[in-house]
Amino acid sequence: MNHLLQVENMKVEFRTAKGPLTAVRSISFHVDKGETLCIVGESGCGKSITSLSIMGLLPQNGNIVEGSIKLENDKLVGLTDEQLQSYRGNKISMIFQEPMTALNPVFTIGYQLQEPLLIHKKISKKEAKQASIELLRKVGIPNPEEKINQYPHQLSGGMRQRVMIAMALACEPLLLIADEPTTALDVTIQAQILDLIEELKEQMGMGVIFVTHDMGVVAEIADRVMVMYAGEVVEMSDAQTIFANPKHPYTQGLLAAVPDVEADAHELNVIPGSMPNLDEKIEGCRFHPRCPFATDICRQKNPPTFKISENQEVKCWLQEAKMHIESAATS
Amino acid sequence: MENGIALEKKDVNRGKKGHFLLDTWKRMCKNKLALIGISIILIQVILAIFAPVLVAHDPYKQDLASAKLSIGTAGHFLGTDNYGRDMWSRLVYGARISLIVGLTSVVLGLAGGVLLGLISGYFKKLDAVIMRIVDLLFAFPGTLLAMLIIAMLGTSLVNVIIAISIWSIPGCARIVRGSVLSVKNQEYILAMKSIGASHTRIIFKHILPNCTAPIIIFATTRMATAILSCASLSYLGLGAQPPSPEWGAMIAAGQDFMWEAPHMAILPGIAIMLTVFAFNVVGDGLRDALDPNIKFDS
Repeated sequence: MNHLLQVENMKVEFRTAKGPLTAVRSISFHVDKGETLCIVGESGCGKSITSLSIMGLLPQNGNIVEGSIKLENDKLVGLTDEQLQSYRGNKISMIFQEPMTALNPVFTIGYQLQEPLLIHKKISKKEAKQASIELLRKVGIPNPEEKINQYPHQLSGGMRQRVMIAMALACEPLLLIADEPTTALDVTIQAQILDLIEELKEQMGMGVIFVTHDMGVVAEIADRVMVMYAGEVVEMSDAQTIFANPKHPYTQGLLAAVPDVEADAHELNVIPGSMPNLDEKIEGCRFHPRCPFATDICRQKNPPTFKISENQEVKCWLQEAKMHIESAATS
Repeated sequence: MENGIALEKKDVNRGKKGHFLLDTWKRMCKNKLALIGISIILIQVILAIFAPVLVAHDPYKQDLASAKLSIGTAGHFLGTDNYGRDMWSRLVYGARISLIVGLTSVVLGLAGGVLLGLISGYFKKLDAVIMRIVDLLFAFPGTLLAMLIIAMLGTSLVNVIIAISIWSIPGCARIVRGSVLSVKNQEYILAMKSIGASHTRIIFKHILPNCTAPIIIFATTRMATAILSCASLSYLGLGAQPPSPEWGAMIAAGQDFMWEAPHMAILPGIAIMLTVFAFNVVGDGLRDALDPNIKFDS
């Protein structure tokens, strides 16, 4: 079966004065139509770089050095900037973390909403204006006729994020990439925005990549979850499995770090240590310095990805040992 | 003062169209000096436009019988020069020349400077090349550069305009480049890229409007410099040639008669001073009025 988006062995490097830095190390994943894939991980694990790579919007010194990205049947790696422009906003769209800064302060909402329509569709300004009013209505903004003449600073954060969503969805893209779209919003607004994205996803049947570090958000919207650590995918599984049965020590740590409101002791669980720098050389598994279960093999060899079941893959040596025991038990 | 600013903030939130310009204008009105400057400029513009109507004498008409009349003489209330030409007429027609030279050279200089600034600020690869050329232009003192250009092109008012506009390019390019550098890293530019906008669209439709404040301020203060340079080049005999009533040329002609008819040199000097002063204080006022930090502080 053809996936909507298929990323294979993608490796992203940055050129720096000190030499190339690898930000994303050969990751592979896919997204299907109507599916939400959550990318989870600490700051600096390569989540945002992954989404920018798909958009073709890496910073100037960043480069996809290996691997491929396919949207339906079109290869996106190796296209020129002009060719990519016809995909952006049209077939793939992105919404950003800060609705406060993601809208141009000198233009009205309506003006900015019309931009994607005027760029990708051959319609007149009048039609674009009508369409932008419809879009605002679709994302649940009251009095859209009035709101299109307002400036970004006149709207609240939640409203601005709705405008951003309307802009991203103007041309009904196949894939929406949401880079922590709710992190800067307060919790009640957060829930509304999540519901809105979910609703529009079902209406349009698009695929969604949702980048976040909030496990609560993941629980709410994810169909599948991809956990990233230091530029690698450490665990990939469907949402139920990851909460019920996390296999990678890092995933377990992330889930344990979510504070439990009902617990008596209000002590926060933390994963000891911090994310390694991109230029840090780590032998073996990249998580082993922080892993409570690290063994000798973890310090020597980077683990391959073990497929535990139809929809769960883990990159950890512990799984190999378990698989041995299981296979020994069955034979 | 603080109250006024708070009130204006509310006005911003009320959100009428054009509130930004209105806001800027209100803040300008609080600056007395800038208001004086605006009045001087306005009077000058009106004089320049309606010069033929407002003036009784032809500025070129010689009348040797009534030469070197002093200020206050009936019929020539600002006196006459050594050829008997009416000083008031000459000053008013001189305002025409100064304003036209100032305006065209600033507009031409801006056109070049803004374009270079936008390109070098946005495209990292061209930045180094363009900025080195700009540095090269900066290395020459302004007047020397203008003299060099005039020496190559010959002395005429049009060449003065060309010289002053070329001299305005590097300063403008640097200022625009600076604001482009800060604007282009804003998330809304990335958001525009993410909806598939092309580079030209981003540069001209989304970055340029965010750089207008520094450009306006630059243009206003540059007007003062341009008028002053036009006068000094003409004084040196490199610009407007006699009998043209250019202010600088008038000073040059008048200095020979400093003892007998001091008004011949002093009056155009005052005219230049007032104009330069007016454009400078308006430029300062605009800078304060357009500065977002002053808007949100206190």
